[in-house]
Order: sequence, then C-alpha cells, then structure tokens
Amino acid sequence: MNPFTRTLEGIGSTVLLLVKALSHLPSMPRQFGRFVDQCYLIGYTTLPIVAILSFFIGSVLALQAGYAAESLGPKQFIGLLVGLTMARELGPVMVAVLLAGRVGSAIAAELASMKVYQEIDALVTMNIPPERILVLPRLLAVLVMMPVLTIIADLVGWFGGAIVAKYTDFIAIEPASYFATMRQYMDFGDVLNGLIKAECFGFVVVLVCCNIGLNTRGGPREIGASVTKAVVTSLISILVLDYFVTKALS
Amino acid sequence: MATGTTNPFSAATIPAVGVQIEGLSKSFGNLEVLRDVSFNVEPGEIFVLMGPSGSGKSVLLKHIVGLELPSAGRVLVDGLDASSEDTREQVRMAMVFQAGALFNSLSVYDNLALYLREHRVANEAGIRDKVMRALQILSLDNAAQKFPSELSGGMRKRVAISRALVMEPQLMLYDEPTSELDPVMGATIAEIIATLKEEYHVTSIVVSHDRDLTLAIGERVGILMGGKLLFLGTAAELRSPKDPKIADFLSPKIDLKNPRFKQLET
Repeated sequence: MNPFTRTLEGIGSTVLLLVKALSHLPSMPRQFGRFVDQCYLIGYTTLPIVAILSFFIGSVLALQAGYAAESLGPKQFIGLLVGLTMARELGPVMVAVLLAGRVGSAIAAELASMKVYQEIDALVTMNIPPERILVLPRLLAVLVMMPVLTIIADLVGWFGGAIVAKYTDFIAIEPASYFATMRQYMDFGDVLNGLIKAECFGFVVVLVCCNIGLNTRGGPREIGASVTKAVVTSLISILVLDYFVTKALS
Repeated sequence: MATGTTNPFSAATIPAVGVQIEGLSKSFGNLEVLRDVSFNVEPGEIFVLMGPSGSGKSVLLKHIVGLELPSAGRVLVDGLDASSEDTREQVRMAMVFQAGALFNSLSVYDNLALYLREHRVANEAGIRDKVMRALQILSLDNAAQKFPSELSGGMRKRVAISRALVMEPQLMLYDEPTSELDPVMGATIAEIIATLKEEYHVTSIVVSHDRDLTLAIGERVGILMGGKLLFLGTAAELRSPKDPKIADFLSPKIDLKNPRFKQLET
C-alpha cells in the first residue's frame, strides 16, 4: 500500500471511529465516572507542564519583542504582541502539542497494548463496543478540558510576559501599562478564536491517537511504533489544521 | 444430549446453541489459512479442534465470535450469521483467550463485573452475588481484589473462564486452555470444562493440541492441518487413526537417527 492510499485509509478509519463513538452518545450519563477520570488525566495532570511552558513562552515573547522595540521604539505594544500571540496562536498550539506528547502518546500506548494483548477482542466478544467505553469518554473529556487548559496557558503566558517586561532593564514597562494596551486592542473574540482552535486540535489529537491505538496489529514492537505514529500524526494534524482553522476564522 | 443450559446464577433455562461452519476459507494476503472447512457442532456438545501450531485453529475460533470475516463460506451460530453484530446481541457467546485477555487495569472482581455492569444485567448487589458465585465455582474467592498481574498462569486461565461463565453463555469457546500450564493445572482446567458442560450444558468448542485433554473431555474432534480439516469424528475414533499424518501428530515418535528437521532439509 503506497503512502497516499495509507493516508486515505487512515482518514477513513478515523472518521468511521468518530461516527461509531458518537452513535453511543446516549450511553454517556452511565459513563460519567469514566468521563471524570479522563478529565482528570487530560486536564489536571497536564496542567503543571502547560503552566510552566506557557510562562516561559510568554516571557520569551516579551523578551524578543523588547529586543525588536529597542530599535523600533514602541515598547508599549509589547503587551499587545504577547497577548495576541498567546491567545490566537501559541496558547492553543502549545497546549495541543503538549496534549499530543503527554496524553496522546499515553492513549495510543494503552489502546495499542489492549489490542495486542486481545483485551479489545475480549470486549468485542462481550458485546461491549470499545468505541463506547474507550473512545467516547476521552473525546468528551478533551472537549471540556481544552478550553480550560488554553485559558490557563493564555493567562500564565501573559503573566510571564508582564514579569519580564517589568524586570528587564531595557524594557521596563509597568504591568498596568502592559495590560492596558492588551485591554485596549484585544477583545474576547481574540481569545475565543484561540479556544475554537484548541477545541479542534484537542479533538483531532485524541481521535487520531485512539484510532492508531485501536488499529495496532502485531506485538510489543508495534505498540512502540503506534505511539510514535500517533504523536507524529497528531503534530502534523495540528499544524495543517492550524492553517485551515486560522483561515476559516479570519 | 442436553439441549438447555441450566443457568448457574438463576433458575432460568437458556437454550444451548449449535454452530455450523460451511465451506469456510480465509486468506491474509497471499497466505491461505483456512481452506474450505465445513463441520457442525451440536447444541450442548464439547467439540475439540486440534491441529499443529499455525494450522488455523485460533483463526477459525475468531470467525465463530465474529472477530474475523470469512474470505469465502460462512459461519452460523444458532442459524445466525456469526459475522453480524446482531448475532452477538441475540446469542451469548464467551471466549476464553489463550493468554486470558484479562483487563490489566481492573481487579479480578471488576473484570467479571464489567459485562454485567455494561449490559445492566443486575443492580450492584446482584452483580456482586453473580461475580462471587462465578469465582466460587472456580475456587477463586480469595483472588477477587487481586489484579491480573498478581496472578499465576493457572489462576489467570481460571479467572478468564469465570469471566466467561458470568456472562451465562450459550456457547463457550476456549483457545488453548491448557497451554503453558503444568500437567496438574492442565487436568484441572479440563475438569472445569467438562464440569461446566455436565452441570450447565453449555456448548463448548475447545481449540487445543493437548491429546490427553481431547481424549478425556472431547465428544467429537476435528483435526486441522494446513488449513484443511483432515479428521472429523468421535474421540473414540481418534484413538486408532487411519491417516498416518494424524497418527504421527497424536503420537509423534522421537527418532534420533532420522530427525524430522533433517528430513525437512533434504
């Protein structure tokens, strides 16, 4: 099978998995416990790394903008630059990339291992669709947790930028001034734009990783291969989707 | 021959089901695994499917539970197409996988309770009764809170059988139930399979290459070699096979002067 056919087959099986998972939506009230578990795994356990990374990305953005402003002049726009970049682009993309690396890889490894060790086959023989108990709760959990993680990433990034802007000698902007330009030139639409992107990225990452995990065939070596494939496919999907969603939202 | 399953968990009687394999062939790419295999399994019978490794036994079993689709021919369970999802809705089938296929993230208790919870068979108290009853039948009462990783090979097999039993199946499929077990544990598993048939009259299909198990509990036996059904008959008929290939398979002689691997080289 050539790479083009393989890609088409991958897209087809992912869409099919989504349709099968959504067909079990009425069972969700009974799966509240699984949904909460997944919210915890996707949201709470990812939060520390999201906070650390977004703090430093905000800081670096402010620092780089400061270098540029040294020669160009308008330092007061540093707040706006950090605010817009975090909200519209870096916040959602960074959270999605972390999700792919941390949660997506874990999902792919768990489902691939269940497939290889016949646990998925056991579920099918028990007439328990794997899409119902393994895929649907994860998809709904990521839909709930992605906006939360993205808003936290935005806030922490802005805060990181503000600290660097205040305490770096050649920038030295007060937080009040830093946030004033942000408030003046940004509106909720900018944040919403980023949240919509984050929802799309998170949903696709979880769906892709579930699909690759569930389609694993072979032994332990293939589990590792599936994890690599899931993370790489997720990263490519995030960046391709980023272009199209940005274009659609502009 | 018994035709009904006396439910071990309630007074209800569940009809046992038969299986018909009709001209079944299966290929994976260019590799032909099953070639025009046909036989019937009667309701309430223990049918043992034997054959050397790689002869297609497990693949055939997967067709019966609908995990594989035939390349040609068909498999009917209680007259229904086994590849249809509706068949799994209408006929309760349980499979005991070779390695157990227990859910590693769940305790033994939760492994057994999963089916009952997902199908809302009973409330939590009822589920507890059924699970503990199934564990008692296989002398696993003390293992309820253990995780699969804490169990020995024999215990894993017994938990897998309990998990199948708790589904109150009409058809039980066993994939190599005595492989990787010591002779005593193998005999114990064979006794369990025979007891389940005797007491609950479940239709059982056992895939094995264990000659002792086959002769002890099998009512009818099929032997697959190279994807073809070479023998179909009773366990008694199997004791004096006419085909030299089958005789060699059942009682292979160790010939140090003319070893098999050297015969293959020439």
